[in-house]
Amino acid sequence: MNIIENFDLYAPRLVDKKEYVSPGHRACQGCGEVLALRLMCKALGPDVVIANATGCMEIISSMYPYTAWEVPWIHVAFENAASLGSGVEAGLKALRRKKKIPDRDIKTVAVAGDGGTMDIGLQALSGAMERGHDMLFVCLDNEAYMNTGIQRSSGTPMGAATTTSPSGKVSMGQQTWKKNVTEIMVAHGVPYVATASPSYPLDFMNKVKKAMKVKGPAYIHCHTVCPTGWRSASEITIKLGRLVVETGMFPLYEVEDGKYRMTVEVDELRPIEDYLKPQGRFRHLTPDQIEMIQERIYQEYNKLLDKVNGLHAWSDLKYDWGLFE
Amino acid sequence: MAKRVGMEVAIAAAEAVGLCNIDVAAVYPITPQSHMAEHLSELVADGRIDAEFITVESEHSSISAVAGASATGARAYTATSSQGLMYMHEILPIVSAMRLPVAMGIANRAVSGPLNILNDHSDIMPQRDCGWIALFVENGQEAVDLTIQSFKIAEHPDIMLPCCVNIDGFQLTHMVEPIEFPDQKLVNKFLPPRKPYATLHPDKPVSMGTFAMSDIFPEAMKAKDEALKSSKKTILKIWDEWEKLFGRRYRPVETYRADDADILLMTMGSMGETAEIAVDELREKGVSVGLIKLRLWRPFPFEEFKAAVRKAKTLIVTDRAVSFGGPGGPVSTEVRSALYDENERPAIYSYIIGLGGRDVAVTDFVTIVEEAAQAGEKRTVKDYEFYGVRG
Repeated sequence: MNIIENFDLYAPRLVDKKEYVSPGHRACQGCGEVLALRLMCKALGPDVVIANATGCMEIISSMYPYTAWEVPWIHVAFENAASLGSGVEAGLKALRRKKKIPDRDIKTVAVAGDGGTMDIGLQALSGAMERGHDMLFVCLDNEAYMNTGIQRSSGTPMGAATTTSPSGKVSMGQQTWKKNVTEIMVAHGVPYVATASPSYPLDFMNKVKKAMKVKGPAYIHCHTVCPTGWRSASEITIKLGRLVVETGMFPLYEVEDGKYRMTVEVDELRPIEDYLKPQGRFRHLTPDQIEMIQERIYQEYNKLLDKVNGLHAWSDLKYDWGLFE
Repeated sequence: MAKRVGMEVAIAAAEAVGLCNIDVAAVYPITPQSHMAEHLSELVADGRIDAEFITVESEHSSISAVAGASATGARAYTATSSQGLMYMHEILPIVSAMRLPVAMGIANRAVSGPLNILNDHSDIMPQRDCGWIALFVENGQEAVDLTIQSFKIAEHPDIMLPCCVNIDGFQLTHMVEPIEFPDQKLVNKFLPPRKPYATLHPDKPVSMGTFAMSDIFPEAMKAKDEALKSSKKTILKIWDEWEKLFGRRYRPVETYRADDADILLMTMGSMGETAEIAVDELREKGVSVGLIKLRLWRPFPFEEFKAAVRKAKTLIVTDRAVSFGGPGGPVSTEVRSALYDENERPAIYSYIIGLGGRDVAVTDFVTIVEEAAQAGEKRTVKDYEFYGVRG
């Protein structure tokens, strides 16, 4: 299902023309992350407050005295987007209840990169999600610390060369599998969890809108291509974002009330080489290493399909005493 | 005069917060814990205050959460101590740079290495340069009064800086003291609802905490320094207003029998009351001694401090923290620096005392003063001494 091919046709009617992340920011050419931010904000609309972690998106959008933000926006530090957002949400809630601000819904949205979400920000994220703030957390995952010079994170995929996981005579680059924070969020009992990609804009924006409607925490893990860090051509950003889905390396799905659903179905997975080859960070991989990654993708994909096919919505689950008779 | 009640000081401080119509509190029970957070949660649970109470997963998150809440225009409070304050450290200068008027209660306790949990000032001293207004209290009544004042000080349109109230852990926080609680109506008069300069709201979108490089960063630092320095005159006005409404007077440097004293003791925090007794005893013996107590640590009240020590021959500074490998204690360092350019200045004796909860008794102050009195100005002045420490 290729929504993107018909995007030109549908976009004028489906997408808000207003830009909330305005042009003129300092993102690199072909940056998938800022595209995700732009689409996210279009889906959110004006009644939001954004709590942004330190990182590329903060740096490129807020160079004093300029700002790219047309919506209220705050940045404090690297690891605390979720706790900062918790405070924003609590502040708005208290002020609304006490009639100190107008009585209307304002969504708090925390945004962080893979480092700010999966590594240094994981504790704050876990705490905020567990406490159940009415807040959407969006991880813009470009799979390494790009802002500081492409160091590996727990979001960096196996085999990727970064400046702290370089490939060498005795190393294939990153030697760990990508941490699955999406599943960690599901395990928190977060009512709406999804993966997304700006290469599937309508899918992404639909998920943001769904997440907005949740009265409570929601989490979207967005795969974002980084031409600078991945050593890929800037004009193939959208294509890479689609290849990662079509190869099954980053499936697009949502978990609503515990019920898994593939939002972009892939009939037959493409070989992983199609995704790895255009990227300099994977150029050194040997056929054996690629095979190992391929095997893992099949395994992970099937694990996900098992959940899609087998798991019930939490609200459908009743405690069945009969099980123990 | 209102009725006095006996109450644990940490609980009294929380009661004081309860009088301040806060909107958000975020707290974490890092060891060591005080009853400030617990009692605040009780006030919320009983509906005595209408606030969001966020039980964060760390102190790093509690300061981040109150920063976020404060940015929406909410009146926000947090309390911490020791390791928790150290864990907040990264965020403290950001809160002041963003001019977020957060109020914080600190139950001062020793910083680990080895783990200790008892009272000294080694937690607040590393936060000295974070751009916060820092107040010290001497007893439970002051803890209550200054907690209420801290919101007004922080939020005042001429200040707009975070403010912390330092309450000695255990020595104060766990003591039951007689407290006179200010009347709620008078507190409302003293502390009207917050009028924020800018808030996070879609009706008027602003960007807060933007990125600044070398073309503007030094100016931002200078602006913060000037904001902190100039806050003193407003703090003085706020204390005048407090005195009119509640009858208790607060000054940046408090003095006790100091006007004609040759020897001055100097304390910060709860030791002041013990030192007063020592001064009385010594005066009876004919020793010309007085006491000065520093209430306002940041901004440092240079003018008031210099005026207070001008006539003294000897100044005995007590420090409750160490600047390892440096000039001794942070307070004596500050004091020496403040007096360096003065033509006439007292000889300064610097004592590091009462670390990690070690008791400082009246007799200890008497000993220190008598040593100084006997030696007079002939005594060799060491940079600093660890008082009563073995080894």
